[in-house]
Amino acid sequence: MKVLVPVKRVIDYNVKVRVKADGSGVDLANVKMSMNPFDEIAVEEAIRLKEAGKAEEVVAVSIGVKQAQETLRTALAMGADRAILVVAADDVHQDIEPLAVAKILAKVVEEEQPGLVLAGKQAIDNDMNATGQMLSALLGWSQATFASKVNIDGDKAVVTREVDGGLQTIKVNMPTIVTVDLRLNEPRYASLPNIMKAKKKPLDEKTAADYGVDASPRLEVVKTTEPEARQAGEIVPDVDTLVAKLKEKGIV
Amino acid sequence: MHFALTEEQKMIVETTRSFVENELYPHEDEIERTGHLPMEMVRELQAKAMEAGLYAANMPEEVGGAGLDTLSWLLYEKELGRANYALHWTCVARPSNILLAGTDEQKEKYLVPCMKGETWDCLAMTEPGAGSDLRGMTATARQDGDDFILNGTKHFISHADIAGFAIVFMATGEEDTPRGKKKLITAFFVDKGTPGFTVRDGYRNVSHRGYTNSVLEFDECRLPKSAVLGEVHKGFQVANEWLGATRLQVAATCLGRADRALNHAVEYAAERRQFGQQIGKFQGVSFKLADMATELKAANLLTWEAGWKFEQDTVTEADMSMAKLKATEVLAMIADEAIQIHGGMGLMDELPLERIWRDARVERIWEGTSEIQRHIISRELLRPLGG
Repeated sequence: MKVLVPVKRVIDYNVKVRVKADGSGVDLANVKMSMNPFDEIAVEEAIRLKEAGKAEEVVAVSIGVKQAQETLRTALAMGADRAILVVAADDVHQDIEPLAVAKILAKVVEEEQPGLVLAGKQAIDNDMNATGQMLSALLGWSQATFASKVNIDGDKAVVTREVDGGLQTIKVNMPTIVTVDLRLNEPRYASLPNIMKAKKKPLDEKTAADYGVDASPRLEVVKTTEPEARQAGEIVPDVDTLVAKLKEKGIV
Repeated sequence: MHFALTEEQKMIVETTRSFVENELYPHEDEIERTGHLPMEMVRELQAKAMEAGLYAANMPEEVGGAGLDTLSWLLYEKELGRANYALHWTCVARPSNILLAGTDEQKEKYLVPCMKGETWDCLAMTEPGAGSDLRGMTATARQDGDDFILNGTKHFISHADIAGFAIVFMATGEEDTPRGKKKLITAFFVDKGTPGFTVRDGYRNVSHRGYTNSVLEFDECRLPKSAVLGEVHKGFQVANEWLGATRLQVAATCLGRADRALNHAVEYAAERRQFGQQIGKFQGVSFKLADMATELKAANLLTWEAGWKFEQDTVTEADMSMAKLKATEVLAMIADEAIQIHGGMGLMDELPLERIWRDARVERIWEGTSEIQRHIISRELLRPLGG
């Protein structure tokens, strides 16, 4: 079985984001970028499937600007076998929307014929949480989202999903699309010898046009704002005042 | 000329830094408090470091290292250098390059167990009466048939307590040179437990808690000829050929800690408020930050350039001395100023600054004092003019 893992280049989760002066989005110029943490978990899971003998090949794919090549190298250094870069934008500030990504991925799936697509449940930059689901619809494949446990069993996948208030275990038909959640695994470090070897692994470069997909944005960003600064606290003399204040604010 | 890191170099930095932050930092407080590395912790971290391919990554691929070019190796050293020295040296060991100079049998016996983390190496040159003036050493090895008999004392020998063996430099004779008599030096492998070889605890010192040094005593210690590393009387040649980049290693590790201290200072200057504003808005603080960042960048560039030239085989002694001198002195300055910016809090062990400040002190002394580095640099300037 071949596993396809889409990975996205996003602003590093440690970076303190700054909104651009015109409010059109987040400033990404000269900012540290990394692989979306959920995608890292997906890469890790794919490599574990390969190590367990349940997958033969792990192919990482990224859709975005040319610099996403770095993200793919990280996936290769972690242990993916080869990578496909689909250049769909020139400007690092242009986000490629889930539907366009899903359409391109559908074409890649057609070409590559994987038995499983393992994706992050969402990217930490825009939190859309839509690509996996849209890909499932476009391909007519089953889907198992928010996975915290994945067990491939012949032509079925048994997936534990993290849902509000608990866990749900479902069985889906293969081929399938699984989107992974935080607790599925702990991604490994890209080891130094593997980093050195990653350079020799194949990385194909394509464009959105090669797949006949128009990746131009459909959505208009009206405004981007930073979260409101936390208000200063208030010291109250005793518990009674505290309870009264909380009641006043409608919290208790 | 271009200064961008390659994709591989960026990833090496990323992996090493994540490892240092996630696996080493959490143990630092304990080691600062106890001055001791429990062996269970060492074994656990060694295993993790091996999994991440960080253990002994300084070594070539053929012997199980990562096969890094000089610059990549220095970037890796810089990231490791952020953490407590004893932790990274012991748990993410970088066996000495000099082990590569051994015969196949010597590599099998000494290098292989170091690569596997089964033991550690240590190097013994310094003596109570021979520091910067290495040729002044008085410990000797005299030939007796096919054997050598070692006598004398070495001190300040780092990590000799946990090392399974020592690489010991001994005077084996004298030669006449135009500038008078010079001692001939030979390097030997000496196993722990060899009769006549004793390792005693060394001194407690201000820098690098958890780091140990020992006193090595040799009393009619008999070694076979097969214990010679390199050739008889050619100990300095072996050292010069294989230990060339150790000054850059010290420079790189200092850059890591300097960066860590600077980051603390910047964050604190942005957070801390006095007299109604961020202290970073006061020029007394902001100009300090500017100077710290500028000096650190200069030290980084000197080190990377020397590393790049080392790789091209065009490096000079002065290049490496400049990098070592600048990086160690900049670390001292940044550690000191970072504490000044923090005020009283900078001296408390809640923050890593007081330890970075203490740890900085040894860096201007070992691997050649700042004065020796300046001597090397000035010699290169004056020699062409007959100086």
